Amino acid sequence: MAIGLHDSTIKNPVLRWVDQRLPVFTMMQKEYGTFPTPRNFNYFWNFGALAMVTLMIMIATGIFLAMNYTPHTSYAFDSVERIMRDVNYGWLIRYVHMNGASMFFIVVFIHIWRGLYYGSYKAPRELLWILGVVIFLLMMATAFMGYVLPWGQMSFWGATVITNLFSAFPLVGEHIVTWLWGGFSVDNPTLNRFFSLHYLMPFVIAGVVFLHVAALHITGSNNPLGIDPKGPQDTLPFHPYYTAKDSVGLIVYFIVFAFLVFFMPNYLGHPDNYIPANPLVTPAHIVPEWYFLPFYAILRAVPDKLGGVLLMFGSIAVLFILPWLDTSPVRSMRFRPVAKWALFLWLIAFFVLMWAGGKPAEEPYVTISRIATAYYFAYFLVILPLLGRLERPLSLPESIAMPVLRGGGPVMAGAAAKPMEKA
Amino acid sequence: MLTTGAFAAVGVGAVVWPFISSMNPARDVLALASTEVDLTPIAVGQAVTVVWRGKPVFVRHRTAEEIQAARATPLSQLKDPATDQSRVQRDQWLVVVGVCTHLGCVPLGQKPTDARGEYQGWFCPCHGSHYDTSGRIRLGPAPLNLAVPEYSFTSDTQIRIG
Repeated sequence: MAIGLHDSTIKNPVLRWVDQRLPVFTMMQKEYGTFPTPRNFNYFWNFGALAMVTLMIMIATGIFLAMNYTPHTSYAFDSVERIMRDVNYGWLIRYVHMNGASMFFIVVFIHIWRGLYYGSYKAPRELLWILGVVIFLLMMATAFMGYVLPWGQMSFWGATVITNLFSAFPLVGEHIVTWLWGGFSVDNPTLNRFFSLHYLMPFVIAGVVFLHVAALHITGSNNPLGIDPKGPQDTLPFHPYYTAKDSVGLIVYFIVFAFLVFFMPNYLGHPDNYIPANPLVTPAHIVPEWYFLPFYAILRAVPDKLGGVLLMFGSIAVLFILPWLDTSPVRSMRFRPVAKWALFLWLIAFFVLMWAGGKPAEEPYVTISRIATAYYFAYFLVILPLLGRLERPLSLPESIAMPVLRGGGPVMAGAAAKPMEKA
Repeated sequence: MLTTGAFAAVGVGAVVWPFISSMNPARDVLALASTEVDLTPIAVGQAVTVVWRGKPVFVRHRTAEEIQAARATPLSQLKDPATDQSRVQRDQWLVVVGVCTHLGCVPLGQKPTDARGEYQGWFCPCHGSHYDTSGRIRLGPAPLNLAVPEYSFTSDTQIRIG
């Protein structure tokens, strides 16, 4: 082999020629072909791949929408209506993009829930988890700015309310808001910069997703038992086993997605956003998109402006330190009899907040939001740190292969003595 | 090392600043100067909304009872204490920026059919802030009174805002 060439094992001469100079095929083979993956994944492990696919769908549809969209306060609403009525298949591309945002959040919420339930945030995957939270924050910013672009009533007033959150900070707050707006209210400069940033952010997300996946391929995947693979009998090559399993999930996902797009495209949206933006009339009831409702409810649960804003940001920020708040060494909730129920209760609190966030800011919704907010934070800040000390976990299985094969067999006999192949 | 670091920091700052500054209001936006309002058509008890710097400004011709209610309120009951006298130039005319100091919604109360809240001023439907007949915050999450813009009476029946 010539000096300076990669030692490729690819058979096809053309691919081999490329691979010797730029070993992308070797890398793909290693990371997505033979990549050792725990053999006991359930369907919760589909959602990372589904999120990746959704990101690609959003970027693709977004690029084509941008070809027909005009980011100006006088034309934005009409240009979106033109996309819906006059542009060939414009309705399809816009409805896919619009519902794609909802699908993205559904997928990512389940993906995060998977991490919470199976302890995927624990050592050695702390940084992998943190990168995921960064992606989630970037997604929220992107979705928020995208919702402003059609320049309907909810676009305008959502933008006004959310940008005004920054005015809660003492001294610099007002200056930050003026700087965000590029004026003294949400107006054309605001719309222009939101369009620019909305186009940029997905590519930033793609960059962080790359880091997220790179970190995953160092630590390897977690699994429903939360124990480390102890040898080759515990893993399967990613292809064809998990490419196939992901494909099954992907088809189900596309069925749900297509049902939304073709039968109820506006179900998750708000009718007021089909009214052009009017800076002088606030809609009687401003609600953000459904995926922001839990955080919006936390904001409204606090009677103090700065306190509400801090608590809302805190509800995401707490996820960053979650790996150090959960003091239990057991990853999977399957083996944590108390923490499991505390987490299910947290899930209920999350849905209660989502429901209360869509209601008017009055009783009894405020009190309900307060109770749910208190539990949301108590789970992370009180229950998890304490349970690590107090809870007695169930005994963990000896290996991943053991419960799968229901014990015994010649494979198992050698397994215990074998050193770990992959950390 | 310290010198190099300091120079690098200043250099980065000098390069980044124009970009940050470009996002602040441009000169044409700043030049949107003032708005004139003719007060003659506004009868007692009525209110109009005018646009100033892209924001609504409420001009309310207050009734004697409304003035009385605003002045009878002791300062100790206010979240952001200010006398009614300090918020108006002529007793019957209240001029405030119609933007809720919580998160920037436009409060209801300009039309007689609107909900005006518990203090007969304005009510913000977004998060439930109540303002009184002097535009002062009385109840709800908003921290401050409705802002009084800079304005002056150019004649008995005309004001200039800004």
